[in-house]
Amino acid sequence: MSPFRGQGFLLYNMILILLILIPLLSGILSFAIKGDGAKTLALISSMVTLAVSAYISGTNYAQPVSFSHEWIPMLGTRFSLLADGMSSMLCLLTGIVTMVVMISNANKDTENPGAFHGFLLLAQAGLMGVFLASDALVFYVFWELALIPVYFLCSRWGGEKRIPVTFKFFVYTFVGSLMLLAGLIYLSIQNPNGVSSFAWADLVQAGNALPEAQQLWLFWLIFIAFAIKMPIFPFHTWQPDTYEQSPTPVTIILSALMVKMGLFAVLRWLLPVLPAGVAYWSNTVVILSVIGIVYASCIAIVQTDIKRLIAYSSIAHMGLMSAVAFMQSNVGMHGIMVQMFNHGINITGMWLIVSMIENRWGTRDMTKLGGMATVAPRMAIALVIISLANIALPLTNGFVGEFMLFNGLFRGDSVAQIVIMVFAGLGIILGAVYTLNMIQKTAYGNVAEMTVNKDLSINEYAGLAIIISLILFLGVYPKPLLDLTAGIASMIVPVS
Amino acid sequence: MKAIIATTIFGVIMMFTGLMVSNKKSVAAIAAALFAALLGVNIWDLTSTSPNAADHLFFNNMLRIEHYSVWFNTVMTGCTLIYVLLLGKEIQRVGAHVAEYFALIFFILCGLYLLATYNNLLMMFLGIEILSIPQYILAGSDKKNLKSSEASLKYFLMGAFTTGILLMGITLLYGAARSFNIMEIAAMLHTDSLNPLALAGIMFIMIAFSFKVSAAPMHMWTPDVYDGSPTPFTAYMSTIVKAAAFFAFLRLFQVSFSTLNAHWTLVLAIITAATLLVGNVTAVFQQSVKRMLAYSSIAQAGFMLFSVLALNKFAWQGIIIYAVAYSLATIGIFSVLVKLKDFTYDGFNGLAKKEPLLAFTASIFIFSLAGIPLTGGFMAKYYVLLAVVQQGQLLWLVIFALLMAAISIYYYFRVIIAMYFKTGTPEMSSPVTNGDKAMLIITCALVILLGVLPQLFLNTV
Repeated sequence: MSPFRGQGFLLYNMILILLILIPLLSGILSFAIKGDGAKTLALISSMVTLAVSAYISGTNYAQPVSFSHEWIPMLGTRFSLLADGMSSMLCLLTGIVTMVVMISNANKDTENPGAFHGFLLLAQAGLMGVFLASDALVFYVFWELALIPVYFLCSRWGGEKRIPVTFKFFVYTFVGSLMLLAGLIYLSIQNPNGVSSFAWADLVQAGNALPEAQQLWLFWLIFIAFAIKMPIFPFHTWQPDTYEQSPTPVTIILSALMVKMGLFAVLRWLLPVLPAGVAYWSNTVVILSVIGIVYASCIAIVQTDIKRLIAYSSIAHMGLMSAVAFMQSNVGMHGIMVQMFNHGINITGMWLIVSMIENRWGTRDMTKLGGMATVAPRMAIALVIISLANIALPLTNGFVGEFMLFNGLFRGDSVAQIVIMVFAGLGIILGAVYTLNMIQKTAYGNVAEMTVNKDLSINEYAGLAIIISLILFLGVYPKPLLDLTAGIASMIVPVS
Repeated sequence: MKAIIATTIFGVIMMFTGLMVSNKKSVAAIAAALFAALLGVNIWDLTSTSPNAADHLFFNNMLRIEHYSVWFNTVMTGCTLIYVLLLGKEIQRVGAHVAEYFALIFFILCGLYLLATYNNLLMMFLGIEILSIPQYILAGSDKKNLKSSEASLKYFLMGAFTTGILLMGITLLYGAARSFNIMEIAAMLHTDSLNPLALAGIMFIMIAFSFKVSAAPMHMWTPDVYDGSPTPFTAYMSTIVKAAAFFAFLRLFQVSFSTLNAHWTLVLAIITAATLLVGNVTAVFQQSVKRMLAYSSIAQAGFMLFSVLALNKFAWQGIIIYAVAYSLATIGIFSVLVKLKDFTYDGFNGLAKKEPLLAFTASIFIFSLAGIPLTGGFMAKYYVLLAVVQQGQLLWLVIFALLMAAISIYYYFRVIIAMYFKTGTPEMSSPVTNGDKAMLIITCALVILLGVLPQLFLNTV
């Protein structure tokens, strides 16, 4: 490559840094702003970030964009970023969700808006870093950094029990992270060239070369962090409490984006790196995931608090994706890509509606709600559409992903396979039960008294419009999403 | 080499300053200037060595100056300068003899320099004594306070007892190796024809050092002494002094006993595990932040012991970066602590509202102690973990240490919770001046720089 071209190459690739830098800088700036100027700044920043990530996703078909710069040579780590299909897709999701959060938050009064939006933007910067990192230490650093702002957001602006609940969440994830760090250090010094390296390709090479016995324990060292984040049964206990206690914008960031970090990390940093360990433990993980699906769905049925209901439904959805991830089929992987995006969109919509309900009725208790279709018909329509997407009705985006997931799950006709299939399918049926029940209790029935009597306001309308149009568009025409993430599966599933 | 002479002279000058200058502020200003000069002398020393040059021997081979030793001296002197600038005002408030306190710190630094460069067990012993005796005095410098006197006496008695154990170890070792020179000892001790006297000597020395670095079960003195001593001196004892003891520990065991590691690694590993367990679990139950920091210093010692266990080049890098990161963060958090009247967690309630900058910098220091990425503490933990993982034998200890690190989150983050999420109006013991704020920001910036670009601090090792 000629030096001139190299320079141009470098400049173009700097665009990846923008994805981290824009939210980072505007986040820091936001702390200094008093009053509502922070909201405007956050909104503009999130729009620009979205534009950049959309540009990257749009131009990504030919050649993935990558960026690499020396960081700490003595540790064998470089500041490397890579936007392949999966990363671009998740960055795009991060951009969309953050923007929707900022839009829907625009007319809400938050205490100390400068710090609140600052932390939200810092969390976005951390997430972008996680999704883009192609060096394990860079990945780890962002993995931790994404957590800190969320910790402050939940503890400062959350519900009544926020401090102990958030603390539990933090300690849970921190334990996982430390184990992950040990695993990554171990892998980095196994590099066959004798020099320690954290580059993704080197890590894959080093991991594949390890004897099976070592991969078996290394698997858990690395997987535990991801399992806690996703979360997979039985590591999920932090999740419903944290979702319930967090302010809605943070709940959205957590459930639409941060849990994706866990799944993304499995796909990028576990499955290709430790194939023998994965092969040995995959049955265990699949069974845990399926238990999680059924267990979470059953608990969701008896919830009366809508926020907790959605939290448990999210565990069930993530359980299905993780089960498929460990079945390791091409179509399944592709399905996960699609479903990660769609689940992020749908759950964002669900939380938006929940926060609107809470605003207007002053409660999240389903037994005290009802009659939304009469008093706020537009909101009820939005609720129905998003809920139906959440249970994967055809012509919504949820269907495409779920269809591919089940295709990936159904890989054989042994008894065990069928049992897993049946239980995973049971989760879908139970999902329909609790979701339809929720619609019935909130949208129909006796009209409950509203404390704030109005239908959607303009910014709520805009936020929901983005979500619903994405749901319908991707439900009818999922090709752009499928194209963007095509070919990624072959990077993850070992060549057999 | 020049620094050893300089610090002694500066110490004497400081003592005379006490006679001639009566204004405490002027004394502190002179002290700060001398510490800055000492840093300059260290840098001068540094420029006359280089990583690949042959080692310089001094005083009939009693001292051996390597590049990384001088580098350690330099960064520790730099930390001392920051310490004096951050806590100088508090030192002035401890008692009447301000000049002597600063003089004693110069002598402690002299001990530190000897411990970083000794080539002979005699010099090591001298270094440890020069390091320790000023500390006994500093611990009791708040003379009218019973707790301070108790701390001093306790420290002195335990320290004297340990000195005996150390001497016993050195004697036994001499019996086996017929030399005090640490290089010759290394050459004389072979695994195949090992004199049991040598093993006994190693164990005695290990116990003595465990006392100095407050490793369990020789840690019992630590909480009382750290809690009872005047707070600014606690900050110094628990950071730079401890780092010096670690450097000496590592130097002896790496140079002289590394070929015999099969005989002592397991013992030290168990000491490490016990230290981590005791430090972290006990810290959880503390109500006073000062006492919590005392236990946290035990817990951090557990991590620093990793470098002694590892015996490779990462161990040296690890101990240096750990010493700097841990010292800066601890000195920083102590300098926030002394601004408050109430040293319990409740004393921190609502600090973020009243003094946002203090709360912010304290959070960064706490992140560093807890090992959150992009702070010096993360890189420090990273290096010592890397050193042990590289060594390969002690993965169980790594996992154990990480679980303990997770416990540490509990007591460190309680401070953050108090500052940011609880309401209250903390009572300040002294106003926060712009100078304080500037120093805190500089310290904070160094902590972050250490976490982002550790090679700036390690390129020479």
